[in-house]
Amino acid sequence: MFWQTIINGMTLGCIYAMVALGYSMVYGVLQIVNWAHGDVLMIGTFTAVTLATLLHMPAAAVILLAAGCTAVIGMAVERLAYRTIKAEDRKLAVLVSALGMSTFLQNLAQLVWGTETSQLVLFPKHSYSIGRVGLTSIQLIILAATALMLLSLYFVVYRTRMGIAMRACSTSIPNAKLMGINTNGIISLTFGIGAFVAGIGGLCIGSYYNAVYSTMGYMLGMKAFAAAILGGIGSLPGAVLGGFIMGIVECLGSGYISTGYQDAYAFLVLFVILFLRPSGILGAKYIDKV
Amino acid sequence: MKPLPKALVLSGLLALLLVIPLVITQSYIIHIIINCFIYITLSLSLNLILGWSGQFSLGHVAFYGMGAYFTTLLMMRANLNFWLATLLSTVAVGLVSWVLCRPTLKLRGDYLAVVTLGMGEVFRLICNNWTAVTRGSRGLPNIPNPELFGYVFRTKTSFYYLGLAMFLLTLIFISRLNTSGYGMALRTIREDDVAAASIGIYPVKFKLSSFVIGCSIAGVAGSFYAVYLGFISPSSFQFSESMTMMAMVVLGGIGSIPGVIIGSTVLTALPEVLRSLSDYRLVIYGALMVLMMIFRPGGIWGSKLRMRNIYKVKAMGRKAQVS
Repeated sequence: MFWQTIINGMTLGCIYAMVALGYSMVYGVLQIVNWAHGDVLMIGTFTAVTLATLLHMPAAAVILLAAGCTAVIGMAVERLAYRTIKAEDRKLAVLVSALGMSTFLQNLAQLVWGTETSQLVLFPKHSYSIGRVGLTSIQLIILAATALMLLSLYFVVYRTRMGIAMRACSTSIPNAKLMGINTNGIISLTFGIGAFVAGIGGLCIGSYYNAVYSTMGYMLGMKAFAAAILGGIGSLPGAVLGGFIMGIVECLGSGYISTGYQDAYAFLVLFVILFLRPSGILGAKYIDKV
Repeated sequence: MKPLPKALVLSGLLALLLVIPLVITQSYIIHIIINCFIYITLSLSLNLILGWSGQFSLGHVAFYGMGAYFTTLLMMRANLNFWLATLLSTVAVGLVSWVLCRPTLKLRGDYLAVVTLGMGEVFRLICNNWTAVTRGSRGLPNIPNPELFGYVFRTKTSFYYLGLAMFLLTLIFISRLNTSGYGMALRTIREDDVAAASIGIYPVKFKLSSFVIGCSIAGVAGSFYAVYLGFISPSSFQFSESMTMMAMVVLGGIGSIPGVIIGSTVLTALPEVLRSLSDYRLVIYGALMVLMMIFRPGGIWGSKLRMRNIYKVKAMGRKAQVS
């Protein structure tokens, strides 16, 4: 029972980690929280449902197209709802606009795909067992997909010119501009990459629970955001660590305490961590300067 | 044209509000106006937290719901009358918000937003799962009617006047607060809390007290909502309600009392007028919030207008000194 719960928690943690990376990357560059992140990935997952059920595309094509679509929507959200805002109190304005975008996308999805839960079957489901611990093929695929995503993201951020430009932007946007970096392009790319990885995460959770619905992005997004804060927002390894902790805590909580409060555990962990160490486990201490 | 004196306009509006139920007999329209009273009270209280002290609360619905649940439980389980139950539940909501807010004060914008959002979710989950007390998702039906000196509030018209009283009391309280030193201190903190601290305004004290006051007022609105509908369930207190209140404050103008009243009235009445478009309601809210932030961040009746008024007063003062 215990190890089974840990394995299930790890699977969930992988998904949270993939979604949390998007929050962390955007926060690292712009110091804003992309509240529409969860809803962007929900739209991407619904796109996958449409591609798989209406057009009968093969799984690989569905995954690539849906994740690509998520990336495009993520970039469009940045272009429409964040870059356009020039209000004096920019922080508040961006927050309101992001929440507006999130409400908009969620209810748009309800209009387009309905309020009922859709099914997403991308892979055949096989069950394996090692001792008393059961594993499904979908869980294995999720673990493999997460590993692949993390490695490629690591490569992009730390081993390419684009990654250097991204890290320069996260240090200081005005200085990055002075160095001849196209900062708007990099910001756009950061949203795109974050949404792509989150799109894969959305496909994973959609096929893991075999359920896609219009509010899935809201809860998933909030938990992933909590995971990003837990690990230290702005830090990529932190987001992954936070995701895993969140997934395991949630599974242990619903396994041993009560399933009714499944969604509450993530928030309780977040409350505790914010009161004890607001900068997260791996985050840098933030000091308010005047 | 000379603008009408403010007192005349206000007393005219008050007289209009008082005679509305005598003129209009359709209970449907009265029902919408009562809803407006509830939402105006809620968004005025949210405006105190969001607009004046600049704290981003996304869990306002939790305190609204707490007010409703506390009052209902006190009335049904402890057999208290409505007034005492409302008083006790308001105090209880204030205490709960104090306990929840005290540790969150050191959090900045987005963190506070996610913590308050979490509070809303946890509250709803408790209402859903603690079936022994709240009956879970089946809700609490048959909430008794309020009574005053033997008069029982039963008809729509009587609830109209009760709602009007709640709205007017809130409005007077909030606008007195706005013009007082307390309101000024809050706005100073919103602009810059470090600067505020340097001139002797202790930010923690003001942020905390404004949060508690705002949440208690939301609790009162919840009490009224419970006795008015006679039935409450967790599904009435979802996150979308918080979003609606936020949209009302933003659309009307963050920090402006007339703005917030206009915003809430428009957003409560609009979906009723556009019944056929009710599926699109939240899509439109979302798009409106984005568009407002891009083109008119101050809202319909934004603080820009108010700022100009303040400057005018200042300029007049100077002129008076010169002459």
